[in-house]
Amino acid sequence: MAAPATVSFSLPPLASGWSADKDFKPVGKITSATQRTIEPVGPHFLAHARRARHKRTFSEDDRIQAQERAKNVEEDDYGEISEPEDPSMLMRDAKDWKTQDHYAVLGLSKYRYKATEDQIKKAHRKKVLKHHPDKKAAAGKAEDDSFFKCIQKATEILLDPVKRRQYDSVDEEADVDPPTKKQLQKGNFYKLWGGVFKAEARFSKTHPVPSFGDDKSTRDDVENFYNFWYNFDSWRTFEYLDEDVPDDGESRDQKRHTERKNANARKKRKAEDNARLRKMLDDCSTGDERIKRFRKEANAAKNKKRLDREAAEKAAKEAAEKKKEEESKAKANADAKAKQDREATKKAKEAAKTAVKKNKRVLRGSVKDAHYFSPADPSPADIDSVLGDVDLVISKCEPENIADLASRLQGLKVADEIKGVWRSEVQRLVGDGKLKDGDAMSLSA
Amino acid sequence: MAKTVEPGDRFAIGITFGNSNSSIAHTIDDKAEVIANEDGDRQIPTILSYVDGDEYSGNQAKAFLVRNPTNTVAYFRDYLGQDFKSIDPTHCHASAHPHNTNGTVSFKLKDQPDADEPSTLSVSEVSTRYLRKLVNSASDYLGEKVTSAVITVPTNFSEKQREALIKAANDADLEVLQLVADPIASVLAYDARQESKVEDKMVVVADFGGTRSDVSVVASRGGMHTILATAHDYEFAGTHLDQVLMDHFAKEFIKKYKTDPRENAKSLAKLKAEAEATKRALSLGSNASFSVESLADGCDFASSINRLRYEMIGRKVFEGFSRLVDGVIKKAGLDVLDIDEVILSGGTSHTPKIASNFRNIFPETTTILAPSTTPTAINPSELQARGAALQASLVQEYDAEDIEQSTHPAVTTVQHISNAIGVISTSEDGEDTFVPIIAPETAVPTRRTIHINAAKDGGDVLVRIAEGGTHIKVTQPEPKPKEEKETDSDDSDDSDFDSDEDDEEETREKVWKIGSTLAEAAVRGVKKGGKVEITINVMADLGVTIQMREVGGKGGVRGTLAKP
Repeated sequence: MAAPATVSFSLPPLASGWSADKDFKPVGKITSATQRTIEPVGPHFLAHARRARHKRTFSEDDRIQAQERAKNVEEDDYGEISEPEDPSMLMRDAKDWKTQDHYAVLGLSKYRYKATEDQIKKAHRKKVLKHHPDKKAAAGKAEDDSFFKCIQKATEILLDPVKRRQYDSVDEEADVDPPTKKQLQKGNFYKLWGGVFKAEARFSKTHPVPSFGDDKSTRDDVENFYNFWYNFDSWRTFEYLDEDVPDDGESRDQKRHTERKNANARKKRKAEDNARLRKMLDDCSTGDERIKRFRKEANAAKNKKRLDREAAEKAAKEAAEKKKEEESKAKANADAKAKQDREATKKAKEAAKTAVKKNKRVLRGSVKDAHYFSPADPSPADIDSVLGDVDLVISKCEPENIADLASRLQGLKVADEIKGVWRSEVQRLVGDGKLKDGDAMSLSA
Repeated sequence: MAKTVEPGDRFAIGITFGNSNSSIAHTIDDKAEVIANEDGDRQIPTILSYVDGDEYSGNQAKAFLVRNPTNTVAYFRDYLGQDFKSIDPTHCHASAHPHNTNGTVSFKLKDQPDADEPSTLSVSEVSTRYLRKLVNSASDYLGEKVTSAVITVPTNFSEKQREALIKAANDADLEVLQLVADPIASVLAYDARQESKVEDKMVVVADFGGTRSDVSVVASRGGMHTILATAHDYEFAGTHLDQVLMDHFAKEFIKKYKTDPRENAKSLAKLKAEAEATKRALSLGSNASFSVESLADGCDFASSINRLRYEMIGRKVFEGFSRLVDGVIKKAGLDVLDIDEVILSGGTSHTPKIASNFRNIFPETTTILAPSTTPTAINPSELQARGAALQASLVQEYDAEDIEQSTHPAVTTVQHISNAIGVISTSEDGEDTFVPIIAPETAVPTRRTIHINAAKDGGDVLVRIAEGGTHIKVTQPEPKPKEEKETDSDDSDDSDFDSDEDDEEETREKVWKIGSTLAEAAVRGVKKGGKVEITINVMADLGVTIQMREVGGKGGVRGTLAKP
């Protein structure tokens, strides 16, 4: 929208007594309008169409357009060529153009071989606008166009594809030196070498150049990378470093001599460059952990069978040993237990024996207490028969019966009671069939 | 299905495919430039000629009109998409004649080297061949394959003719981005000049071509253009000026050699070619020579003519042009005082007499954009091609579908307010005066802002928004000059009043009349000497939003009017 028109007429003052809600009083409406067709041309129609199609109002559209313009300005700014100019560079003599850094002269040293033709043209224009000798003269300074000539020379070389390649070939500023051992000790192996090869890739005739990758790269990638670089096809030439060929017709020999010398120097430099690249690759591949790892992995695969077998054997052996150990352990346990049992039974037997002995003594003692069941002093014969019968009963009785009998007899002093106990015992034994009637008469009578 | 090209692959130019001459133009850094073809011509005659199977175009083909008229085809553009019965074959009398093929127009041309019989070529095929020539010339010049173009067409081209033109272009492997009306292309070419401002103006575009004249009244409102009226004329055009010169020299020849060169086709062709050259010379210099070797009966002829004589013998044609313009302004319901700008385009517009005639018709406030009146004027022959090229550069980044949608009638056909909308202010002598903010015939939606002085002492001011109309105030001699907007148009010696016996001329001026009031509002507490900013926003449904505030101040008054 154009700037608001300014009108020199003035508005009438407000009549007193005029009032309206919010100072605004709608009175009428637009009375007539006609339907017509706008011609769909021109930038302003485009704006109209944009508003109509997106149903925007004027202010919305203004805002959106302003945003887009702001974005565009940002994009334009990107890639702006502005570098501080080295004062020593400004003092250069255009005659030494071979040694000048053409990219720095144009303020493109951050782009170098990556600078596009468009960038070079823009940079040239910018520099020319700044350093044109007429401008210097107008500013009252001495008319010194040496740097201007440098700019022209740089542009001449960089805008000629052939000359630019020749210059790029020997542009050491764009080289990335291979990392030293010290740098590599800090890690960053892939980053450091990757940068080197990226810079080196500018000489490649074939594109794309495989990237160096990182420690996650696959084996194929790494092999592909090294294959590519060991067979590197480079366009690098060294014509730029040629000695000037004398151009006077007189010394033809001198001219040919220089030409030959140049050709030889180029060949030599090219060979040196190839050797340099090869050495660099060797250095890189020796330090490349990935190659070591891949080699290890390959070996591992080869030895896998043997290792498997060995492992199986080892496992079997271990299993056998374990089994054996378990068996011996079980046996020892069993032995110990048996011994214990034996000792226990022995003890019990002895205890029983002593108990029986004790009971027998009680039994024998009981008959002695009863005076061998004779009213007077018993005759040795009576004693023998009673004791004989007692022994008989004892021999027929089980140890527990003996114990029972002994408990019953314990404490008894009266002969009849003792006799009664014995009698009942003899009768029980007879009932059980262990004694015949008539046996142990002396006890049961 | 029309041919379309992806926006990224496009290389677009502007083409004016005229009935007599064509032009091609492209843009460099937003500046339009007309391309010269291989022969160095920027106006390329729309002529194709076949000699022994070889194809010639442009000026080379034009030369064959003398020796090889039957195999030379000219003035065929207007036949595109037309039925045979509706075409006017007059201009093709001296070249290949149009034939009726099932109702459509075609030409019989020997375009093969060893053919005995001429082949029949439809007008579409001829156009395709000619357009291909143009595109090749452009591609050669630009060093890049031209894929797309914006082509200009007369305003009275029917839908069928447009389709036929697009088809012919597509057959020539050319995508048509858009067809633009001739007068609008001319306006666009002037709008794109750096010094031009976006303003509301009424423009008359007078396009005087070789075989036809087209005049349009265009309302240009904030960079958008609406055609209000058009007129087309086939009786007054470049060829008629040629005819005048031909007759003049033929008579001279007869006087000398007692034989009429117009009776012999070859002599006639020579006479015509030289008359055209003489006409061009007269546009630049005040004298021109006319010389033809062996014009008729082996007699060489050499003569000369000055501009005054030319203007006298061509008076009828020149007056025809003036009448045409007058008529179309009336048709639009306007007065010459309403016209802010006259753009002359087309080859014939180089003639100084036409511009000076217009200078007399229109008031002094009107700018006449012709080479003889305005030194900065753009070459009238190049206007349309330039406009087309500018439009091409604008739309080439859009998808074909986008262009289609944006040029759809739903977008282009909108309401135009009939009356101006403005604010009532007080003029120096205390009278209420209408100050227009939005001009009549402005397309809605629209938004305009003005700054206007507040009352002299500041304080509270009344803003009265009203509709306004114009009327022509005729003042009899010795009026008191008034300080109006369109003032000082005192000496318009309009042809209408030429017959006036009175020596004193009457003054005609445009005066605003206050119409119905739309709204009233108060802006309070304006500083002394302050200004008030008024913004009027008319919506598509004719609803109105009005905002007023003191310039630099905050807040302000805001109100809306409902749609009618």
